[in-house]
Amino acid sequence: MLSVGKFVWAKHPKESVASPSEWLFMKKLINDPKNVVNEAVAGFEVAHADIVRVSHDPVFIVRADAPLRGKVGIVSGGGSGHEPLHGGFVGFGMLDAAVPGPVFTSPTPDPILAATQAVDGGAGVLHIVKNYTGDVLNFETAADLAAAEGIDVRAVIINDDVAVKDSLYTAGRRGVAGTVLVEKITGAAAERGDDLDAVLAVAEKVNSRVRSMGVALTPCVVPHAGEPSFTLADDEIEIGIGIHGEPGRERIKLEPADAIVDRLLGPILDDLPFASGDEALLFVNGMGGTPQIELYIVFRRAAEVLTERGITVTRSLVGNYTTSLEMAGASISVLKLDDELTALWDAPVQTSALRWGR
Amino acid sequence: MTPNDEPGAVVSDADLPSAAPRLDTGWTIRWIRLSADVLAANRAALNTLDRDIGDGDHGENMDRGFQAILPKLDGLDDETTPGSVLKIVATTLISTVGGAAGPLYGTAFLKAAGAVGTTQSLDATALVALLTAARDGIVLRGKAAEGDKTMVDAWTPAVNAASAAQTAGSPVGAVLLAAADAAAQGAQATEPLVARKGRASYLGERAIGHRDPGSQSTSLLLRAAADVMAQH
Repeated sequence: MLSVGKFVWAKHPKESVASPSEWLFMKKLINDPKNVVNEAVAGFEVAHADIVRVSHDPVFIVRADAPLRGKVGIVSGGGSGHEPLHGGFVGFGMLDAAVPGPVFTSPTPDPILAATQAVDGGAGVLHIVKNYTGDVLNFETAADLAAAEGIDVRAVIINDDVAVKDSLYTAGRRGVAGTVLVEKITGAAAERGDDLDAVLAVAEKVNSRVRSMGVALTPCVVPHAGEPSFTLADDEIEIGIGIHGEPGRERIKLEPADAIVDRLLGPILDDLPFASGDEALLFVNGMGGTPQIELYIVFRRAAEVLTERGITVTRSLVGNYTTSLEMAGASISVLKLDDELTALWDAPVQTSALRWGR
Repeated sequence: MTPNDEPGAVVSDADLPSAAPRLDTGWTIRWIRLSADVLAANRAALNTLDRDIGDGDHGENMDRGFQAILPKLDGLDDETTPGSVLKIVATTLISTVGGAAGPLYGTAFLKAAGAVGTTQSLDATALVALLTAARDGIVLRGKAAEGDKTMVDAWTPAVNAASAAQTAGSPVGAVLLAAADAAAQGAQATEPLVARKGRASYLGERAIGHRDPGSQSTSLLLRAAADVMAQH
């Protein structure tokens, strides 16, 4: 690793982690880095057999009652390590299938295609894709293959992260925790019987009205890499982090929680922009290594700022929903609500990670 | 090998001395086998390039994909054409590589297979068509332009050099060599660039000074194609 002070990628992590003696220094509850995803999915299958079924080759998680005749199928996926995203959101009123890739690496088109086929009830399938190049390209390729088999597939690309400049000169804004809100609300629209065009319109509407930004207090260790993907000094934090530890806007010294919240909320509120009189869903998301007690301290200040700006928080969500393994940190997402989105948010949902009204 | 039934190829090859290279099914298979060896040997080097400005797994992913192709090249029947080999490569890469490189190289080989059709042996015109289709497939899938610090920066100079050589009447061997040389220069020329696509684009100016790993793997693949031709 290189020095601290600037954001630095790992320079010489191990080429491979061949024997346990080489990776046991990682304090993780794992058996073998190669089997992390397979073993986690196997546990998930047994724990939530009332809600989901699991395909192991290729790997995808599908609603126990899929495919539902006449209902638009909703499929999401991406690299593992963000749990409960996406498998934890498979079930009534949300996703029909989730496709977990290797840790922090997009799944290939084969499992995405298989999941798409498994949930196609004749009304078409919507792919919900976070805006990362690998995810977008693999989902696009899978959509082409599904279309060749006569399945009507559309995609919504989630890009709620205001930390990244959206311009011709980058791959565009990243899809982060706002994805959870898109999946819940879009899933409710599909569950009530909307057709594919209407479901896609709801997904795009949510994506257009949600903005997010996050902070990292510590890095995370990808099991097959064996070392942190970046370094932070004991007194440093990274503002505007992505969900794989990619760099954000700036690296600063640790500050009190309220000051950090203000740094995250400012760009979020200015971007849409949110205005006095708006109603909003406020979502404080943990990155995996930060306890609930700190997330509520963040929520308290964020709600205070919104109130000062004349924005009414009418719905809320607090917890670890889009994580980066054991990274400490949090993200804030604000969604501008209207009557339709509020009703769809309130609609019944029964997944392993979100459940109400049923 | 079945008799050559492609009129264009027959005419151009008939003009060449018997020792001249033939870009036939055997060449295609040897090209992919050598590519697998070269990518395995460069696995760590490609990982290092990717670690500097991406997520550090490009060598790993490419090696896994090409190793998965090898068993599928054993025992192919007499009906096999260069195009059908390229199609095997495409579908295997799409299903095994992952990340951004899987769909990009998969699409490239799929479009290349389509461009050469059922030809048994590639002449200069067919080779240029193969390279052009591969490049166009990558651009279609990845939406990158020249100068974005991606594999397009190796492919486009290769296509341009091959096309110029073919227009000037060069034999197919010289066309392929021109493509490989131009790809190598193109890969090197990505070093001073700021990335506009892929994960490296989030680094802004911190990407300067690092070679794009996708342009490097493209250069390795085209060099392998030329090396195989030179051996036969």
